[in-house]
Amino acid sequence: MEIPYTVEARPDTGLYNAKVGIWLFLASEVMLFGGLFSGYILLRVGAEPGMWPHGWQNLTLGTINTIVLALSAITTLMAWVACKVRQFDKFKFFHACTLLCALTFLCIKLVEYHEHLNHYEIHLTDGTIADGDMVQNDATQDHVVISGRIVTDEKLLYDLRSQKDIPEKELTIPRSQIQDMQSYGPWHNDYLALYFTLTGLHALHILGGSIVIGYLWGPGRKMWKKDPERFTNRIEVSGLFWHFVDLVWIFLFPVLYLT
Amino acid sequence: MDERIEQFPPYRQTEAHGHDDHGHDDHGHAHPHPGFWSTYIFSPDHKVIGIQYGVTALSFLFFGLMLMLLMRWQIAHPGHAVPLIGWFLERMLGETMAPGGVISPDLYNAFGAMHGTIMVFLGIVPLAFAAFGNYVVPLMIGAPDMAFPRVNMASYQAYFLGGLVMFISFFIPGGAAQAGWTSYSPLATSIPTHGQLFWIIGMILLITSSLLGAVNFIATIIQLRAPGMTWMRMPWFVWTQFVTAFLLLLAFPPLEAAAVMQLMDNVAHTSFFLPTGLAVGGHLANISGGGSPLLWQHLFWFLGHPEVYVLILPAMGIVCEIVANNTRKPIWGYKSLVYAVLAIGFLSMIVWAHHMYMTGMGTVISTFFQATTMIISIPSVIILTCLFISLWGGSIRINTPMLFALAFMPMFGIGGLTGLPLGFNVSDVHLHDTYYIIAHFHYVVAPGTIFGLFAGVYYWYPKMTGRKMSEFWGSVHFWCSLLFMNIVFMPMFAQGMAGMLRRMADGGANYSAEVNSRAGADVIGGLSPFIMSLHTPILWGAICLGIAQIPFIINFFWSINHGEKVGDNPWQSTTLEWQTPTPPPHGNFSITPRIYRGPYEYSVPGHSTDFTPQNEPDVATPAAPKVPTHTH
Amino acid sequence: MSELKTAEQHNAPATGHVDDHPVDFNAYLRRCGAILAVVLCAVGLMIWASYLNLGWGTKVAIILAIASVNAFFVAGFLMHLLTEKKMVYTILGFTVSFVIGLFVLTIYAMNDFPRNTITH
Repeated sequence: MEIPYTVEARPDTGLYNAKVGIWLFLASEVMLFGGLFSGYILLRVGAEPGMWPHGWQNLTLGTINTIVLALSAITTLMAWVACKVRQFDKFKFFHACTLLCALTFLCIKLVEYHEHLNHYEIHLTDGTIADGDMVQNDATQDHVVISGRIVTDEKLLYDLRSQKDIPEKELTIPRSQIQDMQSYGPWHNDYLALYFTLTGLHALHILGGSIVIGYLWGPGRKMWKKDPERFTNRIEVSGLFWHFVDLVWIFLFPVLYLT
Repeated sequence: MDERIEQFPPYRQTEAHGHDDHGHDDHGHAHPHPGFWSTYIFSPDHKVIGIQYGVTALSFLFFGLMLMLLMRWQIAHPGHAVPLIGWFLERMLGETMAPGGVISPDLYNAFGAMHGTIMVFLGIVPLAFAAFGNYVVPLMIGAPDMAFPRVNMASYQAYFLGGLVMFISFFIPGGAAQAGWTSYSPLATSIPTHGQLFWIIGMILLITSSLLGAVNFIATIIQLRAPGMTWMRMPWFVWTQFVTAFLLLLAFPPLEAAAVMQLMDNVAHTSFFLPTGLAVGGHLANISGGGSPLLWQHLFWFLGHPEVYVLILPAMGIVCEIVANNTRKPIWGYKSLVYAVLAIGFLSMIVWAHHMYMTGMGTVISTFFQATTMIISIPSVIILTCLFISLWGGSIRINTPMLFALAFMPMFGIGGLTGLPLGFNVSDVHLHDTYYIIAHFHYVVAPGTIFGLFAGVYYWYPKMTGRKMSEFWGSVHFWCSLLFMNIVFMPMFAQGMAGMLRRMADGGANYSAEVNSRAGADVIGGLSPFIMSLHTPILWGAICLGIAQIPFIINFFWSINHGEKVGDNPWQSTTLEWQTPTPPPHGNFSITPRIYRGPYEYSVPGHSTDFTPQNEPDVATPAAPKVPTHTH
Repeated sequence: MSELKTAEQHNAPATGHVDDHPVDFNAYLRRCGAILAVVLCAVGLMIWASYLNLGWGTKVAIILAIASVNAFFVAGFLMHLLTEKKMVYTILGFTVSFVIGLFVLTIYAMNDFPRNTITH
């Protein structure tokens, strides 16, 4: 006996199996990101006043990513619509766009990560703090070169939004003056820990979604000829996942970049 | 015509696509005969997967039992080498962990953490939810398989991998996780070995497995019920699996989020759960600080509490099926049972902080959690009461499943009642983290859930194999297990109330009155010699409990080929899983079953037999073949 | 036997959706364009709001409100949530209530202390 309702909807629920399945899975994903967001709220509210970063993100890159993802949500829906009207060429075009958007998103994310990991906070022996992008960190040399500034009050490093015209010049710092040096990785403070974990997990979901959509766009398209209705349902279900990942970004972006 | 049936057109019997698309609906007969690997290892058939889960889970349960025996030895004889196998421990785990065959404190902690983890996540949940659920639920609702068979297969494989990772962690340098099954930060990240890392990775795999399973179960129960199988005609076992699946689906992800964060703490040196000013080994830790250990506890227990309902609900469902079958009358209060289990499911998501009364929460929030905890005891009592009342006036048949099902009720009663002082903030202050808690939850899970699961094994064994397990050895298994379970866990209530704390590698010797009396006149009290002496009967009870499982294991394997042969419905049951051939073929039902009545139509007045299967047509329906009655 | 024959003769129509009106590609394309415009406006508004000179709490509230409107459009139209079935609403309803429970109860618990016990 064949499993019923894989393609046609069950009369009383009005849904086919995969649709129930994907919404259930998305419910669990809501709880997953909900757990992470609850952690964010807790750590943010419990943080020392004045010591939570503002404006540490590259707003331009973040905005581009948001637009790219929004665009990909549209192309994902249009790919499904193309399947519904049985225009396979249009489906191929739209999901190719989706995959390109995904690739763009991930590349920009990598650039952002690199920017953070290349940014250093250096505590000097005289009590001041040098902060900037690493230009030269050659182990054979007895100095490091960063492009940034030196501050005396650590609090100035946190709220970048409220400071206008932050000076940035090339500073050569002898290693003998360095007490300790740390890059802006997840170990640096809880904000970055949350940023890297939240966006990292989100990026893994983008990657996973791309792999699924890529498979359906590529080798998986064989099913189109044999059972176009079922293939269309697969596109719908994978599209729902993709839209959910976009939804998460819609909240991640303001929370991490704007507040 | 019954609208409940007729609104569903017959399922498509022919495939719309060609043979080379195997998908998840391959008909065994239309394809070349699958080999060993496709039939037994990589099969998408829910029955095979159910048995895979079952055998793996039972093995892990036994392994967890062994860990418990080692721990009880150490508690009763701290610092003494383990008899018989001490040399083996040292050989396998190294001299640091087991010097001279003595269980070191670190090793004790590893055993404790892994005993809990293995029993809960590798033993009970896979057996109660995945094994029984996978095998029985599609049959009970008249479905040909689970909604997503290949996802089902993937969920078993993730479970297997998770189990492998957990098992391997014993043998890495430094050994397995030591921070308890609860893996509290900052301890979990401060231990300088990799066991905790393996634990987190194992947990992520196990959570993935449960999530995939949960999606499958819920979708199957919603979508694949046979025509006429309305929600209120489902056997109550299916309801409990449905609620359990929802609990797993919604409660596990926050723990997964927390596990990811703890992984980051471990590997990327973040401080999600590590507070500012943390000192490890006498030195300030090199961390950014700002984290919150309480955050881990909240996220852990957000799963942790629904998890315990995941452990108990399937067993309650099994007991209900067996009680109905062996009293030859309908279950009393089916509707109450359904609403009670739904209420438990909902409430269980908002009681979690009763595990955290000692963390310094204020009175308002503690009162809230205390109130919801008290309220959730009501549906639990309703369920137990319905099961009890169901016995009244029944023609009680005693067989091995019924013995375990009957014992479940008072044992779960003890477990549940002893939970009440723990639910109250004011008494929990005294009892938290003592042996009282260990006794309480073991009563619920060990003579509670595990008895329900044993009942299920004996009950459904004939459907899987066509043979019954030996009744005699089943009784031996039952009576010995019942006796020794109580010998092991009953004294622990006394120990807990006397103040003996959990997770002490020396069994509390350091806090005994004897040691304290030597410390000086200003140290008063301590664990009395009587309380300390209870370790010995507990140890012997545990050893005998372990030995009592041997007849079960032998019976289980021996009966496959030598057990009493029986027909398709040896227990004369009404539910659908017994109306199939034995064992059910791929696809389960050759034609779509039609359901005409509820699940417990036993002893219907005027009927020729004392049970009426759910899919037996009404007498009024013409040309309905008379369902042949089965002999023993 | 009669059941088998009925099954073979019956040709169950393969419908993916119960609301079976034909899908108009160009209408969908226009609708998508409109939604994209709304989403981009929302993003722009959020960025503008983040530069306003208001109290931190108010700013966060405004930004999250705009984000929620954004999410409503994506979920409602692109995910077809506005036309979904009751079963899906039930599943999501429980999920949302539990997420809210997680947020509210955890944060309340972390901020409810016996008097005079916090030192900072």
